[in-house]
Amino acid sequence: MRTPHPELSPNLRTRRRRVLPGFGLTLGTTLLFLSLIVLLPLSAAFIRTAGLSWEEFWGHVSSPRVVASYRLTFGAALAAAAANAFFGVIVAWVLVRYEFPGRKIVDALVDLPFALPTAVAGIALTALYAPTGWIGGLLEPLGIKVAYTPLGIWVALTFIGLPFVVRTVQPVLEELEPELEEAAATLGATRTQTLRRVVLPALLPATCTGFTLALARGIGEYGSVVFISGNMPLRTEITPLLIVTKLEQYDYAGATALAVVMLVVSFALLFGVQLLQRWFFSPERHGR
Amino acid sequence: MSGTASTLVHVAQPHRRRTLADPPWLKRTLLVVAIGFVALFLVIPLGAVFVEALRGGFRLYWAALTEPDALAAVRLTLLAAAIAVPCNVVFGLAAAWTIAKFDFRGKSVLTTLIDLPFAVSPVIAGLVYVLMFGAQGWMGEWLADRDLRIIFATPGIVLATVFVTFPLVARELIPLMQAQGRDEELAALTLGAGGWKTFWRVTLPNAKWGLFYGVVLCNARAMGEFGAVSVVSGHIRGETNTIPLHVEILYNEYQTQAAFAVASLLTLLALLTMLLKSLIEWRHRRALLAAAHAETRTFAS
Repeated sequence: MRTPHPELSPNLRTRRRRVLPGFGLTLGTTLLFLSLIVLLPLSAAFIRTAGLSWEEFWGHVSSPRVVASYRLTFGAALAAAAANAFFGVIVAWVLVRYEFPGRKIVDALVDLPFALPTAVAGIALTALYAPTGWIGGLLEPLGIKVAYTPLGIWVALTFIGLPFVVRTVQPVLEELEPELEEAAATLGATRTQTLRRVVLPALLPATCTGFTLALARGIGEYGSVVFISGNMPLRTEITPLLIVTKLEQYDYAGATALAVVMLVVSFALLFGVQLLQRWFFSPERHGR
Repeated sequence: MSGTASTLVHVAQPHRRRTLADPPWLKRTLLVVAIGFVALFLVIPLGAVFVEALRGGFRLYWAALTEPDALAAVRLTLLAAAIAVPCNVVFGLAAAWTIAKFDFRGKSVLTTLIDLPFAVSPVIAGLVYVLMFGAQGWMGEWLADRDLRIIFATPGIVLATVFVTFPLVARELIPLMQAQGRDEELAALTLGAGGWKTFWRVTLPNAKWGLFYGVVLCNARAMGEFGAVSVVSGHIRGETNTIPLHVEILYNEYQTQAAFAVASLLTLLALLTMLLKSLIEWRHRRALLAAAHAETRTFAS
């Protein structure tokens, strides 16, 4: 390494910015991996679809069976993300604000859906919610069927999306200034008023972010759903499964057209999360 | 210091004042709802795996794990993870070095692109590789002429695994290395260390816990990936079946107990991953707190 002599350098600013070595090497490696593993294969889906005429494309992505799968996939993912937004905020609140035995264990357990393979989650939930299972058996006499119905899909997606809201709300709650709540209390607000008017609004941006992340995850989810859904066309068939089915029938064009629709929706959601983050948080607070 | 540290460090809570205490009925309700939700959605399914796995006794459990197809699945899964994890480490370190230590145009775009695989359905991750390397894919003919198989073979499984785990190591390292800044590296360079030496002696030791955490997460995901691998594997028993695919086959053949026995292996891996995560966070938090204290002391003197 040569000794830098910034005072001798004519273009001091560029020199100082790049004084650490390895920029070219690491940026090159990053871009190479990114292009080969992610961007090139993803572009294959778009390029393959561009070969279709508009009518063909529309035919693939708007047949009744496909539309039924969209409705189910988005509906179940929305309902699951909503449940996670509601319960996730409560779980985060309890974990941050209350002391209770087993708090650390509950905190660690929240990561289970991230760590547990989706296929394992799928068969475990199916075994529980099938008419013969522990929970399914209890619900059966009440006339509630979970496994092999859209409700089962909701259960699987709620499981999969559970950590997102908790893990986005938790750090915000930890950093929330107690002075705010104290001020509200001093000004005569009851505790419930403070929670509703001061705390919940402060948690809203993080909740929205977590909701969107859970939604995006739920829309694309496959492994945990295929076991519990029963996979009946028009009734309990989610879009990712339909892609797999078309692929197994060598209907590459159909599978790819559906994949493009889903990719566009996923990218829109990802973009939405970025916007949310930019609007609500300064980048410093939420580097992760 | 930036916000990454502050999300990991619990700011020492000031003595909780009376005004901030929730009324007992509220506290009790919220605790019951939260614990009930966690129990229903996390604890019971977790318990169900082990109960179902051991339903036929330990002998059957062991038989399901040591059957040749199961062992072949374990071998393939280990192989896929053994390739995918190092790939991710190299990529993660390179990406983190570029993004955390330099300023350049398009940096935020690059960061978003790295996260892209998380937004893509695993099924689509598998599909795009079929479009590239499958029999009807872009390179299908070229590969067939040379008698090379990627789809329905091990290379496809490895590629799909690398895709779905792609952001994991980078995501752990980038915020950590950003928070650490570049002062220490600059000091090492000024003192005459070379670029590689600085990396091995300064950057890597500083980032080791983040890297380890990323590797743990990446490994768990690599071994457990189902959707993407399922699309590219072709489900050839004993040949292109990973552990999760083996679980699926057993389950669909109504060998429930065997399916759960094999699934319990993956569940144990998940539990180990969560345990390591908690340990690392705890260590990391202590290290950061110690650093924060040292900093205040320096400023005070």
